[in-house]
Amino acid sequence: MTLQQQWVALQTILNKEIHRFSRIWVQTLLPPVITMSLYFVIFGTLIGSRIGEMGGFSYMEFVVPGLIMMSVITNSYSNVVSSFYSAKFQHSIEEILVSPTPNYIILIGYVLGGVARGLAVGFLVTLMSLLFTKLQVQNLAITIAIVFLTSVLFSLMGFINAVFANSFDDISIVPTFILTPLTYLGGVFYSISLLPEFWQGLSLLNPILYMVNVFRYGILGVTDIQVHYAFMGVMAFIVVLATISMYLLESGKRLRS
Amino acid sequence: MGKALDIKGLQKVYGNDFQALKGIDLSVEEGDFFALLGPNGAGKSTTIGVICSLVKKTAGKVSVFGHDIDQDFSLAKQELGIVPQEFNFSQFETPWRIVLNQAGYYGMPRELAKERAEEYLRKLGLWEKRNDQARMLSGGMKRRLMIVRALIHKPRLLILDEPTAGVDIELRRSMWEFLKEINEAGTTIILTTHYLEEAESLCRNIAIINHGEIVENTSVKALLKTLNKEHFVLDTKEALAQLPELNGYSCQLIEDHSIEIEVEKGQSLNPVFLALQEQGVEVLSMRNKANRLEELFVSMVSKNGGEG
Repeated sequence: MTLQQQWVALQTILNKEIHRFSRIWVQTLLPPVITMSLYFVIFGTLIGSRIGEMGGFSYMEFVVPGLIMMSVITNSYSNVVSSFYSAKFQHSIEEILVSPTPNYIILIGYVLGGVARGLAVGFLVTLMSLLFTKLQVQNLAITIAIVFLTSVLFSLMGFINAVFANSFDDISIVPTFILTPLTYLGGVFYSISLLPEFWQGLSLLNPILYMVNVFRYGILGVTDIQVHYAFMGVMAFIVVLATISMYLLESGKRLRS
Repeated sequence: MGKALDIKGLQKVYGNDFQALKGIDLSVEEGDFFALLGPNGAGKSTTIGVICSLVKKTAGKVSVFGHDIDQDFSLAKQELGIVPQEFNFSQFETPWRIVLNQAGYYGMPRELAKERAEEYLRKLGLWEKRNDQARMLSGGMKRRLMIVRALIHKPRLLILDEPTAGVDIELRRSMWEFLKEINEAGTTIILTTHYLEEAESLCRNIAIINHGEIVENTSVKALLKTLNKEHFVLDTKEALAQLPELNGYSCQLIEDHSIEIEVEKGQSLNPVFLALQEQGVEVLSMRNKANRLEELFVSMVSKNGGEG
């Protein structure tokens, strides 16, 4: 395929993905906005007013960046895992596999689809948060970069999960048993400086902590961790996950008999 | 004319040690209308799967119009259109989007894809349904949709894996006409089918595969010449109380108005009609009892150990 043909193939996969989650917006875009609004009301307004300040900010100001990041993570992941697994389940993935589209274009297309949904939901949740608090972005470049890289990372994780999944139950195992606990313990609702030393150390092993903190740094200018280490960690994870994904596509494991 | 498809020593062993293909060699000339026949589990779909890269081969070489599927996979795939046995499109998408997306995967510009999609959807009677969800289409429409999808990038080799399975007779005939038309326009077609009448009336050359091996590979005409016996059914005007005397012929009364006669290769039918006329039996019509190719197919497959 020429580069121009590959560009057409990439646009096709991305358009297909955006069309898919837009067509079922009641299942994909609306629920995270409603869920996060409830978080804003309960944790930010009702309970948050009794908590007082955290990291020098009102609890609402502190919790909003974490909740935006949480919605980006879960939606990037679930878009790719559900879309790719559905394509496997219905065998419609064969449409792409029999075509000359190179494997890396397939991977980039699905990942960008996940990023598109992650960013769309992140944007909607951010708009909703403006009803509850003011957001003054301290560093726009860092904010955008970490959101983009985080959604790439979790889209790749969703892709790998989809390749290995044998049933629809399998695509909910990682979100339920890994993503949700790591997100809740990843500094979304609290600063790890509140934790005893041992738990602070243990929290540093949680990769989501770094993403949430860098995003919070981009918006509020405060963080529990070193920002450049966080970026390096996210990039390293992306390289590893992309390598695994390409290996799965090239070897045809669970995709070709 | 070159070779549209060239397969050499193709082997496939699945994970459970089942050897689906035992080193098959097969060539299909450019412009041919070729039938690949075989009982269930013989290796037809595995062969097609290897050609379109959905099945990983264990050994052997496959090339499409001279492009090796391992070395030049992109060029080989551009030449190839596949209509699989099972429906393999998103049931929630519309035919319009399914076909346009497929064109995109082949790198076709959107405007050209729209023109071709309209042309083929109209030709195969799906234009009015282009904006319905695919799951709402009838079985026959879904099969035609897969043909449109396979043709959108104008492949020079079209492979159809049982395209008329479950399709009613009228629709089957119209699909035959369409396939003949695109074959005459230059597209090489390989067809697997269980309807042997389909292979006999459409295809020029034929290969029979059984237990992962090619047991016959010749022209349909040459194959039919090897047929030693044919069975004819004569329908009579009056009901027959008993079988008329037809010396030299093996025959039986299958209904009170029908006689079945076995005729050896080269044996004349004239004595049958003379004998029946002498006995006052009036024949209204005559037909082949079974499809001729079917008889050959059954005898070849049973010679090779029956259905796999």
